[in-house]
Amino acid sequence: MNMLTRRLLIAVTASFAFGGHAPAQDKSIVVASTTSTQDSGLFGHILPMFKAKTGIDVKVVAQGTGQALDTARRGDADVVFVHARPAEEKLVAEGFGVKRYPVMYNDFILVGPKADPAGIKGAKDIVAALRAVKTKGADFISRSDKSGTHQAELNLWKVAGIDIGKDKGPWYKEIGQGMGAALNTASASNAYVLADRGTWLSFKNRGELVISVEGDKRLFNQYGVMLVNPEKHPSVKKDLGQQFIDWLVSAEGQKAIAGYKINGEQLFYPNAGDSGA
Amino acid sequence: MHMGADITKIDHNDGICARYLPNRISMTNDVSALHLVLSGDAALFAIVRLSLYVSLSAVVLAALIGIPLGAWIALTRFPGRQGVIVLLNALMGLPPVVVGLAVYLALSRSGPLGAFGLLFTPSAMIVAQTVLVMPIIAALTRQTIEDLWLEYRDELTAMNLGPLGRVAALIWDARFSLVTALLAGFGRAAAEVGAIMIVGGNIEGFTRTMTTAIALETSKGDLPLAVGLGLVLIVIVIAVNALAWSVRRAGERLAG
Repeated sequence: MNMLTRRLLIAVTASFAFGGHAPAQDKSIVVASTTSTQDSGLFGHILPMFKAKTGIDVKVVAQGTGQALDTARRGDADVVFVHARPAEEKLVAEGFGVKRYPVMYNDFILVGPKADPAGIKGAKDIVAALRAVKTKGADFISRSDKSGTHQAELNLWKVAGIDIGKDKGPWYKEIGQGMGAALNTASASNAYVLADRGTWLSFKNRGELVISVEGDKRLFNQYGVMLVNPEKHPSVKKDLGQQFIDWLVSAEGQKAIAGYKINGEQLFYPNAGDSGA
Repeated sequence: MHMGADITKIDHNDGICARYLPNRISMTNDVSALHLVLSGDAALFAIVRLSLYVSLSAVVLAALIGIPLGAWIALTRFPGRQGVIVLLNALMGLPPVVVGLAVYLALSRSGPLGAFGLLFTPSAMIVAQTVLVMPIIAALTRQTIEDLWLEYRDELTAMNLGPLGRVAALIWDARFSLVTALLAGFGRAAAEVGAIMIVGGNIEGFTRTMTTAIALETSKGDLPLAVGLGLVLIVIVIAVNALAWSVRRAGERLAG
């Protein structure tokens, strides 16, 4: 290899190794959150406001709630923002989360085909609707990924008195994927699926799908936020992370959340003041 | 609430495809990705640049390890060599999601390399893709060099080069053929989503690449935008290959 080629190679390698990207921004945090908050566009709406006020870049890793909590447990995020209260309280009890703050809620809806094979369209009772789905053997897509939505679904089967682990038949399809993938699958196979309203509103590949059941208070979907415990993981940026949490639950942050709308419809309802949420 | 066709249509015009990119662009038809390209969308170009930066860095690093390793295996006889060759060939088929998971566990704050804080950064994505690409480059180099060695063994033996000299001479001789090995490695890296999704986290404006953006748009049900981004990616891969081919042709002409 002659000298020129060698120099060129070194220059190219160096530019790949060091060029292109500035060193990591000094003010940034990693937030492990759910696909529903990101896919619904909420973060795209509120994060620029937070950045304008504080200069802090929020890097969102959108995962299912189960995976997001695991990311927090491993110390790979500074803040975790999810929707599965018992699992969140467990994280705090284990000492991996500092304190849980309620932030906002929205609701789940049961989405299904227009043709409505289970005959439940317009019903207000989610539990009766799920019983009908099972009795009719209508196709149902389950996230089966330990996400907040999946945990809510399992809980609803339990309330309906159905042991889904034992009673599931070929009509119950466990796909082990995110909300969008579950909606795509339901859309392609005309099946029922439990979805969060935010993802549904921004979902574009609906096909024959419509809302079958909504408005039951058992479909309530509460979001909470926690700082990952710096005592367990010293790498946690506790000041910047706490600043984000404080902003989310402040009047300003709550107003930003309430202000996010798709087609005039509000997606999330702030309720940080409700200490029981 | 009634979900009529009207709402779906409005939704499409005012949808996430515009929202996930900072500057809002009105989408009036299904070739929205083409719009983004033609309008010189800054966020799209940042995604393209990151994709190229990650995949090309991985190919460069993998080549620095894989080419000497492949050449060394081609020219050295040692016990268990056949097994190593079979293993190397098999590793060309490493499942990206498994590599992603392994790199994730290694780079996690709770893992052995956690202190570097590399998880969810472009560097983590380069590491994962280097692991995926290196066996491809090493295995293809091994085959190319071994074939050359069988052809020129007598000449090289007569030239009385040491083992290192032989390796260097054969790599230099095979340099144009090795471009194909690099392109195979680049193809693997550019097409891959499973590993970088896990170790990069698909963070908007930071670790979002073409392939993870396509996966994201698919999950949002915006299939036209996903397909459009896919076509953009294919065009980029063709362009990189065309560039490499021209460089090779020019090099061959210079070398006579």
